[in-house]
Amino acid sequence: MMERHLLSGVEPDPARDAGHPEPPPRVGFFTDTSVCIGCKACEVACKEWNAIPEDGLSLTGMSYDNTQGLGASTWRHVAFIEQTVSEETVPEPQGRTQLPLVDGTAPAAPQEAGETTRWLMSSDVCKHCTHAACLDVCPTGSLFRTEFGTVVVQEDICNGCGYCVPACPYGVIEQRPSDGRAFKCTMCYDRLSAGQEPACAKACPTESIQFGPLDELRERAALRVDQLHEAGVSGARLYGDDPDGGVGGDGAFFLLLDKPEVYGLPPDPVVTTRDLPAMWKHAGAAAVSLLGGFALSFALPALARRRGTR
Amino acid sequence: MSELQGRRERRGRQGRRGRRGRRGEQLMVPEAEFASYYGRPIIKAPSWSATDIAGYFFLGGLAGAGSVLAAGAQLTGRGSTATAMKVSSLGAVSLAAAALIHDLGVPSRFPNMLRVLKPTSPMSVGSWLLAAYGPAAGVAAVCATTGRLPRIGAVATGAAAVFGPAVASYTAVLAADTAVPAWHGAHRELPYVFTASATAAASGMALVAGPVRESAPARCAAVAAAMAEAAAVRAAEKRLGMVAETYRQGRAGQLMRCARWLTAAGAAGAAALGGRSRTAAVAGGLAMLAGSACTRFGVFAAGIASAEDPKYTVVPQRSDAPSDTRSDTRSDARPEVPTCGPHDHEES
Repeated sequence: MMERHLLSGVEPDPARDAGHPEPPPRVGFFTDTSVCIGCKACEVACKEWNAIPEDGLSLTGMSYDNTQGLGASTWRHVAFIEQTVSEETVPEPQGRTQLPLVDGTAPAAPQEAGETTRWLMSSDVCKHCTHAACLDVCPTGSLFRTEFGTVVVQEDICNGCGYCVPACPYGVIEQRPSDGRAFKCTMCYDRLSAGQEPACAKACPTESIQFGPLDELRERAALRVDQLHEAGVSGARLYGDDPDGGVGGDGAFFLLLDKPEVYGLPPDPVVTTRDLPAMWKHAGAAAVSLLGGFALSFALPALARRRGTR
Repeated sequence: MSELQGRRERRGRQGRRGRRGRRGEQLMVPEAEFASYYGRPIIKAPSWSATDIAGYFFLGGLAGAGSVLAAGAQLTGRGSTATAMKVSSLGAVSLAAAALIHDLGVPSRFPNMLRVLKPTSPMSVGSWLLAAYGPAAGVAAVCATTGRLPRIGAVATGAAAVFGPAVASYTAVLAADTAVPAWHGAHRELPYVFTASATAAASGMALVAGPVRESAPARCAAVAAAMAEAAAVRAAEKRLGMVAETYRQGRAGQLMRCARWLTAAGAAGAAALGGRSRTAAVAGGLAMLAGSACTRFGVFAAGIASAEDPKYTVVPQRSDAPSDTRSDTRSDARPEVPTCGPHDHEES
């Protein structure tokens, strides 16, 4: 068995293990993408509340997604995926009126019989991992675990070393080019401290973004995924909810309707520091073999000389 | 389909090799099937500049291994080589520190690196290592060149030789302790690649800067380093599986091939002729130095390439699932639902 350490594995109380003596219950997001309508209110609310600077406007051709991805100045990102799928994948309308997507004209892509178009939307955010690689590798202690179990950058300490950026298995945190420091979602630490919910969850009109104690959210998510399976949405699955997962479960987890990589999420992320003890061990062995190699290089010529003079 | 578009662009970027092999490739080796979000990368590549950080890997290795060589030379009465290597190590570690500070987003906050000591952060450990090693290397070099305080000089030389190997090897952990597939996937082998490359650089420097009559240990070390590096790189590529192609293609491929040839030629030349001809020793040493730099820049470029293509994040995570016992219950436990294949985004 692996010895217990705090780098990976099941971790029921990250806030307490980070040194908060009496932490409040761990909070998080449950993003139910099955009810996301792609309004981007979360993106706007996040930018407004956190006073995040504008970071460029471009038309990408990626459906309605011109935000492109999470970054230093984008802490919520709504993904849009247009797919051609078999009709069985999409549940029956159950009495609702179905309107044609395009009136009168042919569909954009040729469709075969039994196929239909489906449009997936999902609001992505920092996962506030139980085992957060960004926090683990931060050399200054700028990234820290809050009493709510979330992960936050202290901007007055960050020196812009950029190590957290490639450490994140989700590609969330990023350095702001104009500034040099690293930025990401704080789960509205200021609002949480005042007993408020984060701005994105507050703004979400369909309750696709749900905020609350993580335990409650996990229960609610399990019920929701069962409900969707019963309704015939066989592709519904939870992502990042499992405390046994590679990052010890996400503080922000998702209900997805397709494979995670379709949404730009890694299928099975693992916190890189899980392997850090092995890395240090090999680095130690490599350092010793460097010493040994040089010792041998000095010994061999001496031996050869002694044999030569004999 | 954006997916295909992305593929095509990538293939285009691969240049000559890609184009030559294209038709055959499509027939013989089907590309790994994977889905992505419009071909966008999943993880973010580090924003580190190659000159600063790959340059730092090289300079840190040269300095650290050089201090060991200097101590050995001093112990065996090779005074000129010892002094030359101490000066080289001081120069290299000073440049290395400058490169590190230059690469910070907020260079004026460099002292924050020593705000805490975090064993989980290789960069924090490295900062403290450099803080211990740098002054030792400095005192050793100053005492050796001025001839003053020989006792303190000897202690500093010993301290630098103790910290030196750690400075040379920890940079591999620095790279491997990330989500970058080409680095993390090789986290067991990378330390050996880095220390071998550091040994190659230091022995190269000793061949360039030391007199021929003192160069026997450096020639030995050069040959050993060249063989060890080749073996470690091969082991890393074997472990990496499909991600190993990031070390063989594009800029990283060119650099790694250059590194292999330069190191092999340098070691062979130094071993065969370096004991007699000063010119051969210098040429061999320069080739070793250049080879070591190519290795570091090659590893750096492979990491960037593996971060920028979602394929290297998705495919290994999908295929590792059964073998990895701790982390992968999730994707297996849940029934895999038949969805629309990987390439059916409707993008034009």
